[in-house]
Amino acid sequence: MTRHQLDAKRLLCPLPVIRTQNRIKSLAPGDILEVVCTDPGAINDIPAWCRIHGHRIAGTEAQSDQITITIEVGKGR
Amino acid sequence: MTTARKAIALISGGLDSMLAAKVLLEQGIHVEGINFFTGFCVEGHTHAIRNKDRNRAKRNNALWVAEQLGIPLHIIDVIDDYKDVLTSPKHGYGANLNPCLDCKGFMVGKAYQWMRDNGFDFVVTGEVIGQRPMSQRRDTMPVIASESGAGNLLLRPLSAKLLPPTRPEREGWVDRKRLYGFNGRSRKPQMALAAQFGFEDYAQPAGGCCFLTNESYARKLADMWRARGSRDYALDDIMLLKVGRHLRPRPHFKLIIGREEGENNFLEGYRHQFTHLRPVSHRGSLALLDGTANDDDLQFAARVVARFSQGRNDDQVDIEINRHGGPTRTVGVIPLPTDQISQDWYL
Repeated sequence: MTRHQLDAKRLLCPLPVIRTQNRIKSLAPGDILEVVCTDPGAINDIPAWCRIHGHRIAGTEAQSDQITITIEVGKGR
Repeated sequence: MTTARKAIALISGGLDSMLAAKVLLEQGIHVEGINFFTGFCVEGHTHAIRNKDRNRAKRNNALWVAEQLGIPLHIIDVIDDYKDVLTSPKHGYGANLNPCLDCKGFMVGKAYQWMRDNGFDFVVTGEVIGQRPMSQRRDTMPVIASESGAGNLLLRPLSAKLLPPTRPEREGWVDRKRLYGFNGRSRKPQMALAAQFGFEDYAQPAGGCCFLTNESYARKLADMWRARGSRDYALDDIMLLKVGRHLRPRPHFKLIIGREEGENNFLEGYRHQFTHLRPVSHRGSLALLDGTANDDDLQFAARVVARFSQGRNDDQVDIEINRHGGPTRTVGVIPLPTDQISQDWYL
């Protein structure tokens, strides 16, 4: 299990989802990906994308205008 | 036992594509969704900018539909590839700068390519004959099939009975008898089918999902192309057309002035890419200057910016001018009187 970070700040949805999707393609099941974003839409969209692709949201933290979504990569594509 | 055939369905987030995918799921087809991001999609980024929209429900409809259907959704960034579609549409534009027919052919073509790359069998869309004046007519259906390259591997389950059988129907991958013959602009058949499937919540009938169909947006885009003498654009350009007041007081520059805090915050992220001005003696909005401006132009732009500040009725407003890649200075200016702000400047 390795930990990775994705900077999706200043990107507006759906770009944070697209970047997350593309990054996860290169990760292994069990890896952790922290996505840092500023678009409040991402707080709904990234978990929705994770649910339909079989990845688990391990945590969501909102501080000021910055949101960090922690994803445990599953076996989905 | 035969392996289920696999279909890739274009999912816009609207009702028609949701139903089309559902019709095939009901026939035991393995369906996955695909959605393309051109940069001009209305939902998504727009609702994150203005403060007044901050409390609105934020839902990406395509993702929501995929979740309701229980299928994966692949969202593809086509911003760069889409430029050719927008700038040189073979079939021309609709009422504004919407190249709907070329756009549909492009997206089906992309889905077809994805199908081939991923070992899927056919492409599905929610197109309905007669639903749209430009892209969904009986005579344009074969054009899309042909120009996309998908040919007879493109299935439109909602209007299939009105079209020649496609390969998935002829080969028995899907049962043509369980497809539909919807036709025309009425939404009643789709709503009835939605009720039959138990869908109570779905996005309103599509049509407002693309900024290119918006007259005001199209005007700003055309102005940008005209001013630059080129139809090229970057994602930042098309994002900025969605934000703020756009005024072109001189042919060689325009001002983008935030209308409220959310837009100002958004524009702040771009200030290092532009010459920008802001009131410092009074409350007021950040303004980006797009184009070229000499000292006289900047002085004039400062007066315009002062007009949109809280000091608009005062004798003087101090404006900080940050020239792109150059020095910062502050000038005291007399706000431009209202009657000298020409309505023609508004884009």
